[in-house]
Amino acid sequence: MSEKPKISTMDRVNVGLAARYRKERRFKLFGLAAIAASLLFLVLLLGSIVAKGYTAFRQTEILLDIHFDPLVLDVNNLATANYAALVRDGVFALFPQVEGRQDKRILGKLVSTGAAYQLQDMVMNKPELIGPPKPIWVLADDEVDMFVKGHISRDVPESERRVSDQEAAWIDQLVAAGRLALKFNTTFFQAGDSREPELAGIRGAVMGSFFTLVVTLALSFPIGVAAAVYLEEFAPQNRWTDLIEVNINNLAAIPSIVFGLLGLAVFLNFMNLPRSASLVGGLVLTLMTLPTIIIASRASLKSVPPSIREAALGVGASKMQTIAHHVLPLAMPGMMTGAIIGMARALGETAPLLMIGMVAFIVDVPTGFSDPATVLPVQIYLWADSPERAFVERTSAAIMVLLLLLLAMNAAAVFLRNKFERRW
Amino acid sequence: MQKLALTLAAASLLVATAAATQAADGRDYISIVGSSTVYPFSTAVAEQFGKSTKFKTPKIESTGTGGGFKLFCSGAGVDTPDITNASRPIKKTEVEACAKNGVTQIVEVKVGYDGIVMANSKKAPQLKLSRKDIFLALAKEVPSPEGGDKLVANPYKTWKDVNASLPAEKIEVLGPPPTSGTRDAFVEMVMDHACAEFAPIKALKTTDEKKFKAVCQTVREDGAYIEAGENDNLIVQKLEANPKSVGIFGFSFLDQNGDKIQASLIDGQAADFKSIADGKYPVSRPLFFYVKKDHVGKIPGIAEFLAEFTSDRAWGEQGYLAEKGLIPMPKNEQKAMAADAKALNVIVSNKF
Repeated sequence: MSEKPKISTMDRVNVGLAARYRKERRFKLFGLAAIAASLLFLVLLLGSIVAKGYTAFRQTEILLDIHFDPLVLDVNNLATANYAALVRDGVFALFPQVEGRQDKRILGKLVSTGAAYQLQDMVMNKPELIGPPKPIWVLADDEVDMFVKGHISRDVPESERRVSDQEAAWIDQLVAAGRLALKFNTTFFQAGDSREPELAGIRGAVMGSFFTLVVTLALSFPIGVAAAVYLEEFAPQNRWTDLIEVNINNLAAIPSIVFGLLGLAVFLNFMNLPRSASLVGGLVLTLMTLPTIIIASRASLKSVPPSIREAALGVGASKMQTIAHHVLPLAMPGMMTGAIIGMARALGETAPLLMIGMVAFIVDVPTGFSDPATVLPVQIYLWADSPERAFVERTSAAIMVLLLLLLAMNAAAVFLRNKFERRW
Repeated sequence: MQKLALTLAAASLLVATAAATQAADGRDYISIVGSSTVYPFSTAVAEQFGKSTKFKTPKIESTGTGGGFKLFCSGAGVDTPDITNASRPIKKTEVEACAKNGVTQIVEVKVGYDGIVMANSKKAPQLKLSRKDIFLALAKEVPSPEGGDKLVANPYKTWKDVNASLPAEKIEVLGPPPTSGTRDAFVEMVMDHACAEFAPIKALKTTDEKKFKAVCQTVREDGAYIEAGENDNLIVQKLEANPKSVGIFGFSFLDQNGDKIQASLIDGQAADFKSIADGKYPVSRPLFFYVKKDHVGKIPGIAEFLAEFTSDRAWGEQGYLAEKGLIPMPKNEQKAMAADAKALNVIVSNKF
C-alpha cells in the first residue's frame, strides 16, 4: 500500500498560520492607530489651549511711587477722594520730561483704570498708609500687557498697532528701571467679569457654577436615588412602569436646550422665580441630570446580588431594613459615580442657561442663590466674543480652569468607585 | 452612607426654603437686555457705573435686538427688563406690542454710530470696492453680464469678473448669518442701495415690488458667501489664515486688530474713526437703547445710569466708549440727546 502523504490538520494550520498572524497584527495595528489618532487630537487641543492661555496667569504690573498725601486724602471721607489723580501723579513722577496735555493723557493710559480702585481699597483697609510716598505695584493697561507679552508685535508699522512708538519707548524705560514686571495674576482668580481684560476674573463665574451645582446636586441626587429605589425595589412590573422607564431613557438623550425652554416656561413665567439666578439654573440642570442619575442608580442597585437581599430577609429584616441597611450602602459607590458624572456634565452646560438669562455680563460676585449669576462655560463664551486682544489668553486660561475642575470631578468618581466598590 | 443621604436631603430642603424667601424680595440692580452690538459699550458703562456709584452693577444680557424688544415689551412689572439695547430704531409693531402689555412710556436714547467694515488680511492688497461691486459679488441674482433685462443666477467667480480693476481672486466673503442685526444692516445699506442702480432691477420696483425686494436682499448661496457665525473674532482669525478671503464685521474688531487686517475702501471711503463719525463712510448705523420710564424710581439707579451713559467721559470724543470702538455723535446732537435723556422725554407713538 503506497502511502499517500497525509495532510494532517496541523500542516493545514501551519500553511495558513503566517497569514493569520499577519491579519492579527493588522487588526491590532488598527486599534493602536485609532488610539494614536485620538491622543493626537487631544494633545493638539490641549496644546493649543495651554500655549494660548498660560500667559494669562501672569499680569504686567508697574511700580509707582504713590504719595498718599494727607492733604488730598481726608481720613473721614476716604471714599470720595480723587484716587485717579494719585495714580496719574505717580506715573508723571516717573517721566518728568513729558509735557503737554495730549502726551500726559497717553502716558496716564499705561496704567489700568482699575489702579485707582486698587489704591482706594488699600487706603480704606489701611488708613495708616497715608503719609510719605510708598512704592506700590499697580496693574498695567491690557495693551501694555499684550505688548510686554509679545502679542502686539514691534515689527509692524506704528499706525497699525495699538501701542505707539512713544509708548513702546516708555515701556522700555520702565523695564530698564526695573519698574515693570510680570507678576502672578491674582485678579484673574479674585475678580468678577470686567470689560477691561486686566481687571477681569473668573471668581464670579466659579461662584455661579458652585451655587448652580449645589442646587443641582441637592435636588437631583435625593430625587434620583429615591426614584431608582422605588422603580428597582418596589414597583410592580406593568405597563405604567414600562412607560416611565422608556420616558426616563428618552429624557437622558434630549438636547439640553429643550430643558432651558421648559425652565423658561415653568420656573420663570409660571413660578415667577428671578431671571438669571443660579437657583433657576440649578433647577433646570436638575431636570437635565435626573435621568442620568436615575439610570446609573438603577444599574448599581441591579448589580447588588439577590443573595444579599435574601439573606437579610432570611434573618428577619423588613423590606425597608433590607434596602436601607444592606442594598443602598452597597449600591452607593455606583450611584455617587453616576451623580458626579452627571454633575460634570451640568458644569459644562451653557445651552439651557441661555434661555433663563444666565448668559449675561455680571460684575458683582454672586453671594447667594437668587443673585444674578453666570457660570464658567458662559464666561468662556462671552470672553471669546470680546474684541479686546487680551481676552484671547484669558479665554484659554478660563478653559484650563474648567478642564481642571472637570478632571478633578472625574478623578473623584474614579476614586470613589475604587475605594468603595465591592466585587462578588 | 445613610448619614450622607440624610445630610443631602436636609440640604436640599434648606436650599429650597432659602431660595423661596430670597425670591420674594424686589430687585435692587438694573436689568438690561438686547443687541450684541451695543453690549460691549453698555457693559463698559455699567462697569464704570457700578464702580463709581453706590448702586449695584447692572446685569446685561446679550439677546439680540429683536429678542431684547420681546423681553422688554413682555410687561411693565419690575420682573421685566428696565432697558433694552438696539442696533436699529424700535419698529411700529414693537411699540404696539409694548403698549399692549402696558409699556407705554418709552425713552429713546441714541448713543452713537457703529461702522460695518469689509476687511481682508494685511498680507493681501487692499480692496477698493463700490457698493455696486459688492452687490454684484454677493447677490443671488444679478442682471445678465451680456446686457438686456434678464436676471441670471450670479455667474461671477472672481473679483476681477465683477470689476476689471479688482484682483483676479476667487470671491470668498465671510459674514454674519441672517439672524444677525449686522447682516440686516449690511444688506440694507449696501445691497438695497446698490441694486436700485441697475436699470432692470429698478424696473421691477414698479412692476413687482416683492420680487424687487427679494432680488435686492437675497445673498448668494453657492459658497461664495460663507456664514461664519456671530463670533467676529473667529472671522478675524480666518482672514488671517486665508489672505484671499474678505470678512464683514463691526468696526470695533477692526480697531482692535489693525495690525493684522485692513478695511476695504467702500465708495472711495476708508473705514476709519473720522469718516464714520462725519457720515462719509456709507455703511454705518446708529445705536440706541430704550428705557421704561415707569421703572425710574422703582429700580434704584436708572436715572444715574442714563447720566453716566450720556456723560462726556463715557460717550465723548475722548471717552472710554470711543476707546472701545463706539463712534461718537456730533457734539450738538449729543447735547440734545443728553438733555432728552435727563428729562426722560418719551417717544411719541404718533411718530410712526
